[in-house]
Amino acid sequence: MSTRTGKQTVVLSNPPVVIGGAAIVGKKEGDGPLARYFDQIIDDEYFGEKSFEKAESRLLRDTLVKTLDKCGKSASDLHFIISGDLQNQCTAASYAFRDVQVPFLGIYGACSTMAESLSIGAILIDGGAAEMTACITSSHFCSAEKQFRYPLEFGSQRTPTAQWTVTGAGCILLEKQGNGPVITHLTNGTIIDMGIKDANNMGAAMAPAACDTILRHLEDTGRNIDYYDMVLTGDLGSFGRSILIRLLKDNGVEPGDRYNDCGCMIFDLESQDVVCGGSGCGCSAAVLSSYVLELMNQRKINKVLFVATGALLSPTWIQQGDSIPCIAHAVSLENIQ
Amino acid sequence: MTDIIKAFITGGIICVIAQLLIDYTKITPARIMVLFVVTGVVLGVLGIYPAIVEFGQAGATIPLTGFGNTLAKGVIKAVNETGLAGVLTGGVKAASAGISSAITFGYIMAIVSKPKLK
Repeated sequence: MSTRTGKQTVVLSNPPVVIGGAAIVGKKEGDGPLARYFDQIIDDEYFGEKSFEKAESRLLRDTLVKTLDKCGKSASDLHFIISGDLQNQCTAASYAFRDVQVPFLGIYGACSTMAESLSIGAILIDGGAAEMTACITSSHFCSAEKQFRYPLEFGSQRTPTAQWTVTGAGCILLEKQGNGPVITHLTNGTIIDMGIKDANNMGAAMAPAACDTILRHLEDTGRNIDYYDMVLTGDLGSFGRSILIRLLKDNGVEPGDRYNDCGCMIFDLESQDVVCGGSGCGCSAAVLSSYVLELMNQRKINKVLFVATGALLSPTWIQQGDSIPCIAHAVSLENIQ
Repeated sequence: MTDIIKAFITGGIICVIAQLLIDYTKITPARIMVLFVVTGVVLGVLGIYPAIVEFGQAGATIPLTGFGNTLAKGVIKAVNETGLAGVLTGGVKAASAGISSAITFGYIMAIVSKPKLK
Protein backbone atom coordinates (compact mmCIF):
# COMPACT_ATOMS: atom_id res chain seq x y z
CA MET A 1 0.00 0.00 0.00
CA SER A 2 1.10 3.55 -0.69
CA THR A 3 2.05 5.75 2.23
CA ARG A 4 2.65 9.48 2.34
CA THR A 5 5.68 11.40 3.37
CA GLY A 6 5.82 15.13 3.89
CA LYS A 7 3.16 17.36 2.41
CA GLN A 8 2.68 16.01 -1.10
CA THR A 9 4.76 12.91 -1.71
CA VAL A 10 3.50 9.35 -2.11
CA VAL A 11 5.88 6.50 -1.29
CA LEU A 12 5.14 3.32 -3.20
CA SER A 13 5.84 0.39 -0.93
CA ASN A 14 5.43 -2.15 -3.74
CA PRO A 15 7.15 -0.10 -6.42
CA PRO A 16 5.68 -0.84 -9.87
CA VAL A 17 8.20 -1.94 -12.49
CA VAL A 18 8.68 -0.18 -15.82
CA ILE A 19 8.86 -3.35 -17.91
CA GLY A 20 9.22 -1.51 -21.20
CA GLY A 21 8.38 1.42 -23.37
CA ALA A 22 8.21 2.58 -26.94
CA ALA A 23 7.97 5.84 -28.84
CA ILE A 24 6.87 6.73 -32.35
CA VAL A 25 7.60 10.24 -33.59
CA GLY A 26 7.25 12.43 -36.65
CA LYS A 27 9.85 13.38 -39.23
CA LYS A 28 11.09 16.56 -37.57
CA GLU A 29 11.64 14.71 -34.28
CA GLY A 30 13.33 11.97 -36.30
CA ASP A 31 15.80 14.56 -37.60
CA GLY A 32 16.67 15.53 -34.02
CA PRO A 33 19.49 14.35 -31.76
CA LEU A 34 17.49 11.50 -30.16
CA ALA A 35 16.50 9.88 -33.47
CA ARG A 36 18.24 6.56 -32.92
CA TYR A 37 16.36 5.91 -29.67
CA PHE A 38 12.90 6.08 -31.21
CA ASP A 39 11.16 2.89 -32.29
CA GLN A 40 9.66 4.35 -35.42
CA ILE A 41 9.82 7.61 -37.34
CA ILE A 42 6.94 8.52 -39.62
CA ASP A 43 7.62 10.67 -42.65
CA ASP A 44 4.07 11.67 -43.41
CA GLU A 45 2.31 13.96 -40.92
CA TYR A 46 -0.99 12.33 -41.96
CA PHE A 47 0.37 8.87 -41.08
CA GLY A 48 -1.76 7.47 -43.91
CA GLU A 49 -4.95 8.87 -42.38
CA LYS A 50 -7.37 11.50 -43.67
CA SER A 51 -6.82 14.13 -40.99
CA PHE A 52 -4.21 15.22 -38.44
CA GLU A 53 -6.56 14.21 -35.62
CA LYS A 54 -6.85 10.68 -36.98
CA ALA A 55 -3.10 10.56 -37.51
CA GLU A 56 -2.57 11.35 -33.82
CA SER A 57 -4.98 8.58 -32.81
CA ARG A 58 -3.08 6.17 -34.97
CA LEU A 59 0.18 7.26 -33.36
CA LEU A 60 -1.25 6.27 -29.98
CA ARG A 61 -2.63 2.97 -31.22
CA ASP A 62 0.57 1.94 -32.99
CA THR A 63 2.72 3.00 -30.04
CA LEU A 64 0.69 0.82 -27.68
CA VAL A 65 0.94 -2.15 -30.05
CA LYS A 66 4.69 -1.63 -30.43
CA THR A 67 5.19 -1.45 -26.66
CA LEU A 68 3.14 -4.60 -26.04
CA ASP A 69 5.13 -6.42 -28.77
CA LYS A 70 8.47 -5.33 -27.32
CA CYS A 71 7.44 -6.58 -23.87
CA GLY A 72 5.91 -9.82 -25.18
CA LYS A 73 2.50 -8.87 -23.81
CA SER A 74 -0.94 -8.56 -25.31
CA ALA A 75 -3.74 -6.06 -24.76
CA SER A 76 -5.67 -8.65 -22.73
CA ASP A 77 -2.90 -8.52 -20.10
CA LEU A 78 -3.67 -4.87 -19.43
CA HIS A 79 -5.94 -3.88 -16.57
CA PHE A 80 -5.98 -0.20 -17.46
CA ILE A 81 -4.97 2.12 -20.25
CA ILE A 82 -4.34 5.59 -18.84
CA SER A 83 -3.99 8.00 -21.68
CA GLY A 84 -4.33 11.62 -22.71
CA ASP A 85 -3.52 14.10 -25.45
CA LEU A 86 -4.10 17.73 -26.43
CA GLN A 87 -7.19 17.44 -28.59
CA ASN A 88 -10.59 18.71 -27.44
CA GLN A 89 -12.20 16.33 -24.97
CA CYS A 90 -9.07 14.17 -25.06
CA THR A 91 -10.35 12.51 -28.21
CA ALA A 92 -7.12 11.28 -29.80
CA ALA A 93 -6.94 8.75 -26.96
CA SER A 94 -10.65 7.91 -26.82
CA TYR A 95 -10.80 7.19 -30.54
CA ALA A 96 -7.47 5.38 -30.51
CA PHE A 97 -8.55 2.79 -27.97
CA ARG A 98 -12.24 2.40 -28.86
CA ASP A 99 -11.63 -1.07 -30.27
CA VAL A 100 -9.26 -2.25 -27.53
CA GLN A 101 -11.28 -4.03 -24.87
CA VAL A 102 -9.35 -2.63 -21.91
CA PRO A 103 -10.68 -0.39 -19.09
CA PHE A 104 -9.77 3.14 -20.15
CA LEU A 105 -8.98 6.21 -18.07
CA GLY A 106 -8.75 9.37 -20.18
CA ILE A 107 -6.83 12.15 -18.44
CA TYR A 108 -5.75 15.70 -19.20
CA GLY A 109 -2.75 17.48 -17.76
CA ALA A 110 -1.50 19.24 -20.90
CA CYS A 111 2.23 18.49 -21.27
CA SER A 112 2.31 16.98 -17.76
CA THR A 113 -0.07 14.19 -18.81
CA MET A 114 2.62 11.48 -18.99
CA ALA A 115 3.64 12.04 -15.35
CA GLU A 116 -0.02 12.15 -14.33
CA SER A 117 -0.62 8.89 -16.17
CA LEU A 118 2.41 7.24 -14.53
CA SER A 119 1.22 8.49 -11.12
CA ILE A 120 -2.23 6.97 -11.51
CA GLY A 121 -0.85 3.74 -12.98
CA ALA A 122 1.69 3.37 -10.19
CA ILE A 123 -0.86 3.97 -7.44
CA LEU A 124 -3.32 1.51 -9.01
CA ILE A 125 -0.64 -1.20 -9.13
CA ASP A 126 0.80 -0.41 -5.72
CA GLY A 127 -2.67 -0.52 -4.19
CA GLY A 128 -3.45 -3.87 -5.79
CA ALA A 129 -6.13 -2.57 -8.16
CA ALA A 130 -4.16 -3.61 -11.25
CA GLU A 131 -1.40 -5.99 -12.27
CA MET A 132 -0.40 -4.12 -15.40
CA THR A 133 -1.21 -0.69 -16.81
CA ALA A 134 -0.26 1.13 -20.01
CA CYS A 135 0.61 4.81 -19.57
CA ILE A 136 0.54 6.49 -22.94
CA THR A 137 0.24 10.04 -24.25
CA SER A 138 0.54 11.81 -27.57
CA SER A 139 0.63 15.16 -29.30
CA HIS A 140 0.65 16.18 -32.93
CA PHE A 141 2.00 19.50 -34.16
CA CYS A 142 -0.74 20.03 -36.73
CA SER A 143 -3.71 19.13 -34.51
CA ALA A 144 -2.27 21.14 -31.60
CA GLU A 145 -1.77 24.24 -33.76
CA LYS A 146 -5.43 24.03 -34.75
CA GLN A 147 -6.45 23.46 -31.14
CA PHE A 148 -4.40 26.14 -29.41
CA ARG A 149 -3.25 28.64 -32.02
CA TYR A 150 -4.31 28.86 -35.65
CA PRO A 151 -5.00 26.19 -38.27
CA LEU A 152 -1.96 25.56 -40.49
CA GLU A 153 -3.89 26.87 -43.52
CA PHE A 154 -3.85 30.31 -41.91
CA GLY A 155 -0.06 30.40 -42.21
CA SER A 156 0.49 32.43 -39.04
CA GLN A 157 3.97 33.60 -38.00
CA ARG A 158 5.51 32.15 -34.83
CA THR A 159 6.70 34.28 -31.92
CA PRO A 160 10.26 34.09 -30.48
CA THR A 161 9.18 32.38 -27.25
CA ALA A 162 6.83 29.87 -28.91
CA GLN A 163 7.57 26.18 -28.53
CA TRP A 164 7.11 23.56 -31.20
CA THR A 165 4.53 20.89 -30.37
CA VAL A 166 6.11 17.49 -30.83
CA THR A 167 4.45 15.01 -33.17
CA GLY A 168 4.84 11.77 -31.31
CA ALA A 169 3.60 9.33 -28.73
CA GLY A 170 5.31 7.54 -25.89
CA CYS A 171 4.08 4.51 -23.96
CA ILE A 172 5.31 2.89 -20.76
CA LEU A 173 4.08 -0.44 -19.40
CA LEU A 174 3.96 -0.72 -15.63
CA GLU A 175 3.71 -4.12 -14.00
CA LYS A 176 3.53 -5.38 -10.45
CA GLN A 177 6.63 -7.52 -10.95
CA GLY A 178 9.30 -7.82 -13.59
CA ASN A 179 12.65 -6.50 -14.70
CA GLY A 180 13.38 -2.84 -15.09
CA PRO A 181 13.49 0.43 -13.22
CA VAL A 182 10.83 0.98 -10.57
CA ILE A 183 8.74 3.96 -9.57
CA THR A 184 9.49 4.68 -5.92
CA HIS A 185 8.01 8.12 -5.22
CA LEU A 186 5.43 10.46 -6.68
CA THR A 187 5.16 14.15 -5.91
CA ASN A 188 2.04 15.49 -7.52
CA GLY A 189 2.06 19.23 -7.88
CA THR A 190 -0.45 21.85 -6.87
CA ILE A 191 -1.70 24.33 -9.44
CA ILE A 192 0.58 27.36 -9.60
CA ASP A 193 -0.46 30.54 -11.39
CA MET A 194 2.00 33.41 -11.40
CA GLY A 195 -0.26 35.59 -13.53
CA ILE A 196 1.46 35.11 -16.90
CA LYS A 197 -1.04 35.73 -19.68
CA ASP A 198 1.06 35.19 -22.81
CA ALA A 199 0.05 31.81 -24.26
CA ASN A 200 3.15 31.94 -26.47
CA ASN A 201 5.40 31.97 -23.42
CA MET A 202 4.34 28.84 -21.59
CA GLY A 203 7.88 27.94 -20.52
CA ALA A 204 8.04 31.01 -18.29
CA ALA A 205 4.57 30.27 -16.93
CA MET A 206 5.42 26.65 -16.09
CA ALA A 207 8.91 27.13 -14.59
CA PRO A 208 7.61 28.20 -11.15
CA ALA A 209 5.38 25.10 -11.02
CA ALA A 210 8.37 22.87 -11.84
CA CYS A 211 10.45 24.63 -9.19
CA ASP A 212 7.72 24.23 -6.58
CA THR A 213 7.31 20.49 -7.25
CA ILE A 214 11.07 19.80 -7.29
CA LEU A 215 11.62 21.68 -4.01
CA ARG A 216 8.60 19.96 -2.48
CA HIS A 217 9.88 16.55 -3.59
CA LEU A 218 13.34 17.14 -2.13
CA GLU A 219 11.91 18.42 1.14
CA ASP A 220 9.34 15.61 1.49
CA THR A 221 11.84 12.84 0.75
CA GLY A 222 14.79 14.44 2.54
CA ARG A 223 16.83 13.92 -0.60
CA ASN A 224 19.41 16.20 -2.03
CA ILE A 225 19.26 16.91 -5.78
CA ASP A 226 22.64 15.09 -6.04
CA TYR A 227 20.74 11.91 -5.24
CA TYR A 228 19.53 11.85 -8.85
CA ASP A 229 21.67 11.09 -11.90
CA MET A 230 19.20 12.93 -14.07
CA VAL A 231 16.49 15.49 -13.38
CA LEU A 232 14.26 15.99 -16.36
CA THR A 233 11.54 18.54 -16.93
CA GLY A 234 9.12 18.31 -19.81
CA ASP A 235 8.70 20.71 -21.46
CA LEU A 236 9.82 24.14 -20.45
CA GLY A 237 11.87 24.80 -23.58
CA SER A 238 15.13 26.74 -23.50
CA PHE A 239 13.60 29.93 -22.12
CA GLY A 240 11.65 28.22 -19.31
CA ARG A 241 14.63 25.98 -18.57
CA SER A 242 16.88 28.94 -17.84
CA ILE A 243 14.19 30.45 -15.60
CA LEU A 244 13.89 27.20 -13.65
CA ILE A 245 17.67 26.98 -13.13
CA ARG A 246 17.62 30.51 -11.73
CA LEU A 247 14.62 29.78 -9.49
CA LEU A 248 16.27 26.63 -8.12
CA LYS A 249 19.52 28.48 -7.44
CA ASP A 250 17.59 31.23 -5.63
CA ASN A 251 16.28 28.47 -3.36
CA GLY A 252 19.72 27.02 -2.71
CA VAL A 253 19.44 24.08 -5.12
CA GLU A 254 22.22 23.72 -7.69
CA PRO A 255 20.81 21.53 -10.50
CA GLY A 256 24.05 21.38 -12.50
CA ASP A 257 24.56 19.11 -15.50
CA ARG A 258 22.13 16.50 -14.28
CA TYR A 259 19.26 18.78 -15.20
CA ASN A 260 17.83 18.97 -18.68
CA ASP A 261 14.51 19.61 -20.36
CA CYS A 262 12.83 17.16 -22.76
CA GLY A 263 11.79 20.05 -25.01
CA CYS A 264 15.45 21.07 -25.39
CA MET A 265 16.66 17.50 -25.94
CA ILE A 266 14.29 16.28 -28.64
CA PHE A 267 15.27 18.97 -31.18
CA ASP A 268 18.51 20.63 -32.13
CA LEU A 269 17.52 24.18 -31.16
CA GLU A 270 20.23 25.70 -33.34
CA SER A 271 19.45 24.03 -36.64
CA GLN A 272 15.81 22.91 -36.49
CA ASP A 273 13.97 26.25 -36.37
CA VAL A 274 11.83 25.25 -33.41
CA VAL A 275 12.39 28.57 -31.58
CA CYS A 276 12.45 27.58 -27.88
CA GLY A 277 12.20 23.79 -28.19
CA GLY A 278 9.59 21.06 -28.14
CA SER A 279 6.38 20.77 -26.13
CA GLY A 280 3.22 18.69 -26.00
CA CYS A 281 2.13 15.53 -24.18
CA GLY A 282 4.09 13.49 -26.71
CA CYS A 283 7.42 15.24 -26.08
CA SER A 284 8.28 14.18 -22.53
CA ALA A 285 6.52 10.84 -23.09
CA ALA A 286 8.63 10.03 -26.15
CA VAL A 287 11.90 11.13 -24.52
CA LEU A 288 11.17 9.16 -21.34
CA SER A 289 9.98 5.97 -22.98
CA SER A 290 12.88 5.78 -25.44
CA TYR A 291 16.09 7.62 -24.53
CA VAL A 292 15.77 7.77 -20.73
CA LEU A 293 14.47 4.22 -20.40
CA GLU A 294 17.29 2.88 -22.54
CA LEU A 295 19.94 4.68 -20.48
CA MET A 296 18.34 3.29 -17.32
CA ASN A 297 18.16 -0.24 -18.70
CA GLN A 298 21.82 -0.02 -19.68
CA ARG A 299 22.50 1.24 -16.14
CA LYS A 300 24.26 4.30 -17.46
CA ILE A 301 21.97 6.22 -15.14
CA ASN A 302 20.15 4.73 -12.17
CA LYS A 303 18.09 7.45 -10.56
CA VAL A 304 15.88 9.77 -12.54
CA LEU A 305 13.46 12.44 -11.38
CA PHE A 306 10.96 12.95 -14.18
CA VAL A 307 9.11 16.25 -13.74
CA ALA A 308 6.53 16.77 -16.46
CA THR A 309 5.01 20.24 -16.55
CA GLY A 310 1.68 21.34 -17.95
CA ALA A 311 0.12 24.67 -18.87
CA LEU A 312 -3.54 24.11 -18.06
CA LEU A 313 -4.98 26.78 -20.31
CA SER A 314 -7.56 26.81 -23.05
CA PRO A 315 -7.75 29.35 -25.88
CA THR A 316 -11.16 30.47 -24.58
CA TRP A 317 -9.83 31.39 -21.14
CA ILE A 318 -6.85 33.19 -22.63
CA GLN A 319 -9.12 35.13 -25.00
CA GLN A 320 -11.13 36.16 -21.95
CA GLY A 321 -7.96 37.68 -20.55
CA ASP A 322 -7.14 35.21 -17.81
CA SER A 323 -3.68 33.94 -16.86
CA ILE A 324 -2.18 30.45 -17.23
CA PRO A 325 -2.52 27.94 -14.37
CA CYS A 326 0.39 25.50 -14.42
CA ILE A 327 1.26 22.19 -12.84
CA ALA A 328 4.22 19.85 -12.48
CA HIS A 329 4.24 16.22 -11.35
CA ALA A 330 7.43 14.49 -10.25
CA VAL A 331 7.96 10.76 -10.72
CA SER A 332 11.03 9.15 -9.18
CA LEU A 333 12.37 6.25 -11.29
CA GLU A 334 15.14 4.15 -9.84
CA ASN A 335 17.15 1.06 -10.63
CA ILE A 336 17.05 -0.84 -7.37
CA GLN A 337 19.97 -3.20 -6.51
CA MET B 1 12.29 48.85 -62.60
CA THR B 2 12.26 51.80 -60.17
CA ASP B 3 8.58 51.01 -59.53
CA ILE B 4 9.49 47.49 -58.51
CA ILE B 5 12.22 48.69 -56.15
CA LYS B 6 9.91 51.30 -54.63
CA ALA B 7 7.17 48.67 -54.13
CA PHE B 8 9.69 46.28 -52.60
CA ILE B 9 10.93 48.87 -50.12
CA THR B 10 7.44 50.06 -49.16
CA GLY B 11 6.01 46.56 -48.71
CA GLY B 12 9.17 45.50 -46.92
CA ILE B 13 8.96 48.30 -44.37
CA ILE B 14 5.33 47.43 -43.63
CA CYS B 15 6.29 43.77 -43.07
CA VAL B 16 9.26 44.78 -40.87
CA ILE B 17 6.88 46.72 -38.64
CA ALA B 18 4.69 43.60 -38.31
CA GLN B 19 7.72 41.44 -37.55
CA LEU B 20 8.91 43.87 -34.87
CA LEU B 21 5.44 43.76 -33.29
CA ILE B 22 5.60 39.93 -33.21
CA ASP B 23 9.13 39.89 -31.78
CA TYR B 24 8.96 42.66 -29.22
CA THR B 25 5.33 42.85 -28.09
CA LYS B 26 2.81 40.34 -26.82
CA ILE B 27 0.23 41.25 -29.48
CA THR B 28 -1.08 38.09 -31.16
CA PRO B 29 -0.79 37.74 -34.96
CA ALA B 30 -4.57 38.07 -35.38
CA ARG B 31 -4.56 41.36 -33.46
CA ILE B 32 -1.64 42.65 -35.50
CA MET B 33 -3.69 41.99 -38.64
CA VAL B 34 -6.68 43.86 -37.25
CA LEU B 35 -4.39 46.66 -36.12
CA PHE B 36 -2.99 46.95 -39.66
CA VAL B 37 -6.46 47.19 -41.23
CA VAL B 38 -7.53 49.87 -38.74
CA THR B 39 -4.26 51.76 -39.20
CA GLY B 40 -4.85 51.69 -42.95
CA VAL B 41 -8.32 53.16 -42.44
CA VAL B 42 -7.02 55.94 -40.21
CA LEU B 43 -4.08 56.79 -42.50
CA GLY B 44 -6.47 56.64 -45.46
CA VAL B 45 -8.86 59.13 -43.88
CA LEU B 46 -5.99 61.47 -42.98
CA GLY B 47 -4.78 61.33 -46.57
CA ILE B 48 -1.40 59.93 -45.56
CA TYR B 49 -1.86 56.45 -47.00
CA PRO B 50 -2.75 57.66 -50.52
CA ALA B 51 0.63 59.40 -50.55
CA ILE B 52 2.33 56.16 -49.56
CA VAL B 53 0.43 54.35 -52.33
CA GLU B 54 1.55 56.94 -54.84
CA PHE B 55 5.16 56.16 -53.96
CA GLY B 56 5.07 52.42 -53.25
CA GLN B 57 2.11 51.34 -55.46
CA ALA B 58 1.48 47.58 -55.06
CA GLY B 59 3.93 47.53 -52.16
CA ALA B 60 1.42 49.67 -50.29
CA THR B 61 -1.90 48.38 -51.64
CA ILE B 62 -1.30 44.64 -51.18
CA PRO B 63 -0.50 44.53 -47.42
CA LEU B 64 -3.44 44.70 -45.02
CA THR B 65 -2.99 48.42 -44.44
CA GLY B 66 -3.86 48.82 -48.13
CA PHE B 67 -7.15 47.00 -47.49
CA GLY B 68 -7.89 49.49 -44.69
CA ASN B 69 -7.07 52.37 -47.03
CA THR B 70 -9.45 50.96 -49.67
CA LEU B 71 -12.23 50.73 -47.07
CA ALA B 72 -11.67 54.37 -46.06
CA LYS B 73 -11.51 55.52 -49.66
CA GLY B 74 -14.74 53.67 -50.48
CA VAL B 75 -16.61 55.16 -47.55
CA ILE B 76 -15.51 58.71 -48.38
CA LYS B 77 -16.58 58.26 -52.01
CA ALA B 78 -19.95 56.73 -51.11
CA VAL B 79 -20.71 59.43 -48.53
CA ASN B 80 -19.99 62.10 -51.12
CA GLU B 81 -22.29 60.39 -53.65
CA THR B 82 -25.19 59.07 -51.54
CA GLY B 83 -24.91 60.74 -48.17
CA LEU B 84 -24.52 59.20 -44.73
CA ALA B 85 -25.73 55.73 -45.82
CA GLY B 86 -22.40 55.49 -47.62
CA VAL B 87 -20.73 54.82 -44.25
CA LEU B 88 -22.36 51.39 -44.33
CA THR B 89 -22.13 50.59 -48.04
CA GLY B 90 -19.00 52.28 -49.33
CA GLY B 91 -16.27 50.28 -47.66
CA VAL B 92 -17.27 46.80 -48.71
CA LYS B 93 -18.29 48.02 -52.19
CA ALA B 94 -14.80 49.41 -52.79
CA ALA B 95 -13.13 46.29 -51.42
CA SER B 96 -15.54 43.87 -53.12
CA ALA B 97 -13.05 42.62 -55.73
CA GLY B 98 -10.51 41.80 -53.02
CA ILE B 99 -12.98 40.13 -50.69
CA SER B 100 -14.68 38.08 -53.42
CA SER B 101 -11.42 36.92 -54.92
CA ALA B 102 -10.11 35.95 -51.47
CA ILE B 103 -13.18 33.77 -50.94
CA THR B 104 -13.21 32.33 -54.47
CA PHE B 105 -9.51 31.52 -54.71
CA GLY B 106 -9.42 30.41 -51.08
CA TYR B 107 -12.18 27.93 -51.84
CA ILE B 108 -10.45 26.64 -54.97
CA MET B 109 -7.14 26.21 -53.13
CA ALA B 110 -8.89 24.43 -50.26
CA ILE B 111 -10.22 21.90 -52.77
CA VAL B 112 -7.00 21.29 -54.67
CA SER B 113 -4.49 21.37 -51.79
CA LYS B 114 -3.95 19.80 -48.40
CA PRO B 115 -2.35 21.54 -45.40
CA LYS B 116 1.14 20.33 -44.60
CA LEU B 117 4.04 21.08 -42.30
CA LYS B 118 6.34 23.84 -43.50
